[in-house]
Amino acid sequence: MLKARILENKLSSLYKAGKIVGGVYLGKGQEAVSGCLGAALIQGKDCFAPLIRDQAGRTAFGEPLIDCTRTYLGSVEGPMKGRDGNIHRGRPDKGMPAMISHLGAQVPLIAGMLFAKRLKGVLEGCVGATCVGDGATSTGAFHEGLNMAAVEKLPMVVVIANNQFAYSTPNNRQFACGDLVERARGYGVGGYSVDGTDLMACASVIGEAVKQARLGKGPQMVVANLLRLSGHGEHDDGSYVPDSARAGYYGRDCIEVAIEQLVEGGYASQAKIDAWREEFSEEVQRAVAQAQQEALPDPYLEKWSALSTTFPYISS
Amino acid sequence: MVRPFHNLSLHFIVSVTYIDAIREAQEDLLREDDRVFLYGQDIANFGGAFKATKGLAEAYPNRVFDSPISEDAMIGLAVGAAIEGMRPIVEMQFADFSSIAFNQIVNQAATHFYRTGMPIPLTVRLPSGGTPGSGPFHSQSMEGLYAQYPGLVVVTPATVSDAYYMLIDAAKMNDPVIYCEHKFLYRWLKAKTIKGEHLPIGQARIARPGKHATVVTYSAMVHEAVRAADRLQQDGWEIEVVDLRSVKPLDIDTVLASVARTGRLLAVGEAFPWGGVTAEVVSRVTEEGFHLLDAPPQRLNSRDTPVPYHPKLWAAHRPTPESISEALRKLLSF
Repeated sequence: MLKARILENKLSSLYKAGKIVGGVYLGKGQEAVSGCLGAALIQGKDCFAPLIRDQAGRTAFGEPLIDCTRTYLGSVEGPMKGRDGNIHRGRPDKGMPAMISHLGAQVPLIAGMLFAKRLKGVLEGCVGATCVGDGATSTGAFHEGLNMAAVEKLPMVVVIANNQFAYSTPNNRQFACGDLVERARGYGVGGYSVDGTDLMACASVIGEAVKQARLGKGPQMVVANLLRLSGHGEHDDGSYVPDSARAGYYGRDCIEVAIEQLVEGGYASQAKIDAWREEFSEEVQRAVAQAQQEALPDPYLEKWSALSTTFPYISS
Repeated sequence: MVRPFHNLSLHFIVSVTYIDAIREAQEDLLREDDRVFLYGQDIANFGGAFKATKGLAEAYPNRVFDSPISEDAMIGLAVGAAIEGMRPIVEMQFADFSSIAFNQIVNQAATHFYRTGMPIPLTVRLPSGGTPGSGPFHSQSMEGLYAQYPGLVVVTPATVSDAYYMLIDAAKMNDPVIYCEHKFLYRWLKAKTIKGEHLPIGQARIARPGKHATVVTYSAMVHEAVRAADRLQQDGWEIEVVDLRSVKPLDIDTVLASVARTGRLLAVGEAFPWGGVTAEVVSRVTEEGFHLLDAPPQRLNSRDTPVPYHPKLWAAHRPTPESISEALRKLLSF
């Protein structure tokens, strides 16, 4: 999560310096939730559909930093080759599909990846996971996908990062139930609530949800409560978030909480964390520098075909 | 187990229908490729609303699945399964309901190859077009809508053999295919054999040769156009009917070659009139073959209202042999 924060701070600087075409969307404040989900999954076995604020989860799942910097900076060497940008990237062949912008859409997609694993006879012990925000829970795709996964009893974990605002829309204009976790019972899936700013709690609760799914207990839904510590994107100052929310409990920075927990719990010394910070900063710098030196997409060399099939009977 | 059309060389089989071909193609695909599975509403033990999957769940357990009424998630699931190497065939109960799945089709499935380099071998079966009494929500023709989006192949079989081979070829294709099967043809259209002419997807067919005017059409309208051509033959007019077979890719070469022979073009489709396949045909011919035209190219589509319920209204909403004949006479009078 620390690596993701350092990377995203760099992306923010690059955006402000005009070095990035298109938007920059940060997971600031969501790193504990996302990182714990990514860390609980096994690349090469599990599948993970990250969403807009999942840099920490992507990194923990095994996505190299260079995939991120190449996509943001438009390198033709990147996984999307300049055809898509920023967080709309993935490696579907490595179990990490590339998100589309339409919220909730990855929920049935992950269900389908798990469904296929069952048909192939390799589902045993596998988990598929995706992260959505509070806003995505209002979509038809979220409902259809979670219900379908429950009907099929698929080992799926859906983490709802309730950061209290869908772009600018607060929870009270998004849903009317008291707590989103109440919906779990209606879907017939496992339900958990967790303090999304507390690394140890996230590791424990999300770890448990992943474990239950892996044991064949069907879909699990985790609602993590937190506050988005940035705008929707770097173009947005988030001025609609009231000061009382920023000053409130969930306004605390999960990275600072995590460092305190690691030091106080004796898991890592402050010196060790400082060393990590230095190491990750260098890694980020290298990934940015490499992507910046690479070629941009060339419209004259681009294969302008949306199909893999060629039709010899058609002249144009 | 009911497998009535399994061995077509048997002499006692006298005729097969369009929907038999669709069922047979799915059975052959299930038998030949373990990666193929069928997913849709009421398609397992019930055999589908139109019985296009009758007996298949019994013959292929764990390969034919009932889905919840969740068109969005049905395609989402199929795309996820395709990413994992499967080759799903999804039945929409009616083409009209695919509007719920529109996002997953055009944004998830259709963009996937271009964005990631990984193609999505998905076939979506759309029971399309009008039948008497079906009304606004069980009658739509959505081929033009899907053809508008890059990354989709859209096929519209008009014959029993095309219904069979185009479904086989669609499922074997590595890209998403929207397979528009016409409900009116399901049991009305019969042939002696399922496995007749096998043309590739992307190639049009001359359904009826002629020299005075060309009708370019597809799906059920091929049969209406041939009837109109038969009527005009009585007055000495020889009308050529081109069956597009696939609306995307569009075999403009065959269309242009026909227009070069006749000098006159009428594009006929059952879909709504604004834009769509007929507009594309007229536009492409005007652009690439303006010099071939002896008369302004014409279009004939459904009326610009929802598809009406009552058979009297419905019959006047879609093109008919009468309205196609009238349009042809107007075209020939230039």
